[in-house]
Amino acid sequence: MSADTSAREESTGNTAPPPSPAATYRAKSGRPSRQQRSTGAAAGFLGPNLILLGIFLFLPLGWALLISFQESSGFGASGWVGLENYRRLVVDPTFWQSALNTAVFTLITVPLSLALGLGLAVLMNSVLPGRKLFRTLIYLPMVISGIATALMGVLLFDESTGIVNKLLREGGFATIPWQSEGTAAFASIILVTLWIRVGFNMVIYLAGLQGISPELYEAARLEGASSWQQFRYLTVPLVGPSTFFLLIMDVIYSFQVFDTIFVMTGGGPGRSTSVLVTYAYENGFVTRDQSYAAAIGIVIFLVTLVFTAIQWRGNRSRDTVG
Amino acid sequence: MAHPLTARGNGAAPRVRRVSPAQRASSIARLVTAVVVGLVMMFPLYWMITIAFSPSADVVSRELRVWPSEWTLDNFRTIFGTFPAATWFGNSVVVTAIITILTVSVNLLAGYAFAKLDFRGKGFVFLLVLSTMMVPVQVLMVAQFRLVTQLGIYGTFWAVIFPSAASAFGIFLARQFIIAIPDELLEAAKMDGAGTIRIFLQIILPLCKPLIAVLVLLTVMYQWNDFAWPLIALKDAQLFTLPIGLLYLQGQYGADYGAIMALALLSITPIVIMFLAFQKYFVQGLARSGIR
Repeated sequence: MSADTSAREESTGNTAPPPSPAATYRAKSGRPSRQQRSTGAAAGFLGPNLILLGIFLFLPLGWALLISFQESSGFGASGWVGLENYRRLVVDPTFWQSALNTAVFTLITVPLSLALGLGLAVLMNSVLPGRKLFRTLIYLPMVISGIATALMGVLLFDESTGIVNKLLREGGFATIPWQSEGTAAFASIILVTLWIRVGFNMVIYLAGLQGISPELYEAARLEGASSWQQFRYLTVPLVGPSTFFLLIMDVIYSFQVFDTIFVMTGGGPGRSTSVLVTYAYENGFVTRDQSYAAAIGIVIFLVTLVFTAIQWRGNRSRDTVG
Repeated sequence: MAHPLTARGNGAAPRVRRVSPAQRASSIARLVTAVVVGLVMMFPLYWMITIAFSPSADVVSRELRVWPSEWTLDNFRTIFGTFPAATWFGNSVVVTAIITILTVSVNLLAGYAFAKLDFRGKGFVFLLVLSTMMVPVQVLMVAQFRLVTQLGIYGTFWAVIFPSAASAFGIFLARQFIIAIPDELLEAAKMDGAGTIRIFLQIILPLCKPLIAVLVLLTVMYQWNDFAWPLIALKDAQLFTLPIGLLYLQGQYGADYGAIMALALLSITPIVIMFLAFQKYFVQGLARSGIR
């Protein structure tokens, strides 16, 4: 029953001595001048980071916006075309297909990640021999690179030599066209994504579960609540903050999934697994229509920003609650 | 005499209930579920290892086998002989190490400033920095590509290192951790005449060991695995990192998965070992930062 996530807070608590009244008293008198000195010091401490972020993050972000208003011809200052690239987006069927695929992928993977994550967290929080080992096995895929994971996916789901189809054939079932048929390809990407993602969901839910007082379950049992009722009316509402956090994180993850799709299907067959991030890459570095790619990038940025903002608001209310 | 007996009877009842058939069935069901889940989670890894040590005849054959017909190192000979796997591994080590040192250092400094120093516009700057945390590389890639080209570093390690080191997630973790260090401790040091820099080096840093461990582990994992940006920033096969090498190998070898899986196995081994050794830190860090 180790509360993993709180261990670090405890360790800082232990190393720090109790506050000394004298220090608190003396500190107050020197405050105004200290703040002035701090501003100079703060510039020194923040400087290296702000230079890095400024040059390699904020500058490209602004530049990307400018590029999205230019025509795609070579480097440097091309002609300005205003909103032309965005106008193209609106009438580009591949863009809409990719946007739809992104939405469908998100709508399928997020609820499944949440449900599997919570289910496994409840299982791994209960009395179970070898619990630590099982947790480790579930966490493991989350530290493996996206490309290695995707290549394992290719290996497993290869239509003719993959083990999944071999097992199906051996069992007398029809094999599944994982690579040549759109829906099957989509499904294979979802399965690989869940394999990667379920561990993270379980980590967050386990932390949430460990914050619930066991007495609540004791009381529910005395009232005669069944296991399902305890889960439905105690566990699910009480891990609400974890669910909210995961919901946003999972949406952002699914919305931005690149490595898995790029390596497993490259957006194909046809356009059946093309998503916004792979379509942006394709335009930027395969067909070299870089201004158009920048415009798609700006759309991705705006959607990401909306979800990040929702996350902040949720976090702030979670902080004030406790 | 009747009382102790009743008491014993009452005491025995829950013990009987604890091993009731229903409860035994439920704990067996839980164990079976856990074993099945564990097997499913492990199967892709097991299969990768199996294929990495199988002769290529096994890989392309249509018959089902779940064990190599003979264990062979041929695939490893291919990746080290025909392909520069050792160079790629070394490149990954160098690039990951430089990015980690750079980004963890600047993030610690910035985290301290956001946590313990007062300055004008602090809230705004922090929000601005945080707003970049979730931006995917596909938003920036075109402009970043032009930037590294203009700077004359396109195709070099620096083209990977600088944009990757410009990451904000460490600032968030560092601020959260340092803010919990009591102000009184810093005030006391100030009483003794310590300046901001000495306070940072002699008080903050020694207390930050667990934070640094988490930051280093997560950054190493993240950068070792990074794929999308190095794919754009590197062009010379001799300078590829392992993930780009893997993609290159797949392009060359197609469906001969033996060599691909051998390289994949080589590429994940350091991270898996690190994870198994420092699981606690990994899990804490991932739970807090929300990355991955």
